[in-house]
Amino acid sequence: MSVLSYFVNGISLGSVYAIIALGYTMVYGIAKMLNFAHGDVIMVGAYVALMTMLSAGTHPLLAVLLAIVVCTVLGVVIERIAYRPLREAASPLAVLITAIGVSYLLQNVVLLIFGSNPKSFQSVINLPDLKLAGGSLVITAETIVTIVSCIIIMVVLTTFINKTKPGQAMLAVSEDKGAAQLMGINVNRTIALTFAIGSGLAAVAGVLLCSSYPSLSPYTGSMPGIKAFVAAVFGGIGSIPGAFVGGILLGVIEILGKAYISSQLADAIVFAVLIIVLLVKPTGLFGKKIQEKV
Amino acid sequence: MKNKTLKSNLITYGMVIVVFVIVQALLNADMLSSLIEGLLIPLCVYVILAISLNLVVGISGELSLGHAGFMCVGAFASAFFSKCTMDSISSVPVRFTLAILVGAIVAAVFGILIGIPVLRLRGDYLAIVTLAFGEIIKNVINIFYVGMDSKGFHVSLKDQFSLGMEPDGKMIISGPQGISGTPKNSTFLIGVILILITLFIVLNLIHSREGRAIMAIRDNRIAAESIGINITKYKLMAFTISAALAGMGGALYSHNLATLQASKFNFNTSILVLVFVVLGGIGNIRGSIIAAVILTLLPELLRGLSDYRMLFYAIILILMMLFNWAPKAIEWRERVLQAVFKKRKKEA
Repeated sequence: MSVLSYFVNGISLGSVYAIIALGYTMVYGIAKMLNFAHGDVIMVGAYVALMTMLSAGTHPLLAVLLAIVVCTVLGVVIERIAYRPLREAASPLAVLITAIGVSYLLQNVVLLIFGSNPKSFQSVINLPDLKLAGGSLVITAETIVTIVSCIIIMVVLTTFINKTKPGQAMLAVSEDKGAAQLMGINVNRTIALTFAIGSGLAAVAGVLLCSSYPSLSPYTGSMPGIKAFVAAVFGGIGSIPGAFVGGILLGVIEILGKAYISSQLADAIVFAVLIIVLLVKPTGLFGKKIQEKV
Repeated sequence: MKNKTLKSNLITYGMVIVVFVIVQALLNADMLSSLIEGLLIPLCVYVILAISLNLVVGISGELSLGHAGFMCVGAFASAFFSKCTMDSISSVPVRFTLAILVGAIVAAVFGILIGIPVLRLRGDYLAIVTLAFGEIIKNVINIFYVGMDSKGFHVSLKDQFSLGMEPDGKMIISGPQGISGTPKNSTFLIGVILILITLFIVLNLIHSREGRAIMAIRDNRIAAESIGINITKYKLMAFTISAALAGMGGALYSHNLATLQASKFNFNTSILVLVFVVLGGIGNIRGSIIAAVILTLLPELLRGLSDYRMLFYAIILILMMLFNWAPKAIEWRERVLQAVFKKRKKEA
């Protein structure tokens, strides 16, 4: 039974990675930039949710909604101020370093406001745990909610991108910015929309992550951020099903590695699997192979 | 052309030497605060790392996010060597020189081992794999236990007790606690000498046949391949030399600290060095040096702001990037410069 429960935990952690990776992969697909501040948006979202619950005693659902709104606005503002001026810069590395600057900025602002001590996060989910097989397999409500939200987000997002006009615009911009502009698509607005969606998802991920692992500090977001980035690459960066599969696989490998091999080596195992996958399939599991033309 | 590069190189060497002389004079006159004094060796370390990373990012055109991993390998290998030979080699200069060489060579070996698979990948995939290798190196060294007694070395990945050492044995590497008691051999002078050696190697490489081949690959891989340049060989060359230099920097770093822990060499350290390279201008070696010095000193100079200093550091970093790289900012800068110069012409 323990294998099964580790497995379920792995899928749950993987779902959180998948939600974060979706933000990464969408932004990468459309703006061709690695948004290193994404992990810190997660942390901001978790803080906003926690503070609204603690101070005003609001309903958890309301707190989550507020966190989503704050993060969405934050994402759009960051994109407008820090990333957009550098979009046509001579080197793509410039915007990467700026993203790192934004990441430091978010961490330090939160550090100044809330201090460096980890806060214990109170779960937003108030449901009984699920007991299976006569109580030998307990699945917490957080786990179920996390997995279900991940699936819902996946379905909604895929539908949005494939069936709606703004979604199609995103696809077009990610394929060819110039051609999309010629077709009358507002590129700036589409990119801003992508950042908004990605950051809103980051808030959801932050709340879910901290509901399962209830310790919140200004640096909470950075490691899950990196892992989600790995997950996005794992599945083929720019691909939405790739982010989903990559995230889940990563979570399962991490939890099983922690349980059966070594808890200190779990991260190393995750990265080693990533390296092996990339050596076999250099553009990730679902990545498109782009033929180079002279 | 020849004279121009020579002149530019001499300016770079001269800059380092002049700064060294000034700082040394200030040191002798006891005019530097102990804080700045303590920063001098880390400063040299970061300059070496920035130059070596610029070789990969700027000259070879590959984004590497795991540079701290090579520094980590070099630091641990050299500290390990120094601790083992503390009794057998009594001359400090000889031992430290050997330790630096050991650090550089071990890091170079890792550079080759990692480079062969990594350099098959492109762009961001390459970046993420270097990140992954950096994290793996850190994690593995973090659980490494090595002890030495009369029977030789004992290695374990579990804990100190499973080494099965005799009572007279001493620990050399003890997992998360790392290496402690490394002789503090690093001095500012040695640091500057290592910077000059790094500069010499990198600048000569850039202006050699090999360097031009590396840059040709960066500019157009297919064109370079079509005129018979061996892509794997030259990329691996740049990657390995860069790793060796980072290992050297690591050796300097480890012989400046009483305890050395693998957790110091995390992703953030790699990123910090990358920030130096990008801010200083990708491919611009002199810029890397200046950026490394400014950004290492910046948090100390902002110390007066106490709690707010890292906040200001972040804001300054973002503003500097926007000012240096945003096309609109560059346009504005040029306009302002033009306006200023026009005025001067009129006055004249």
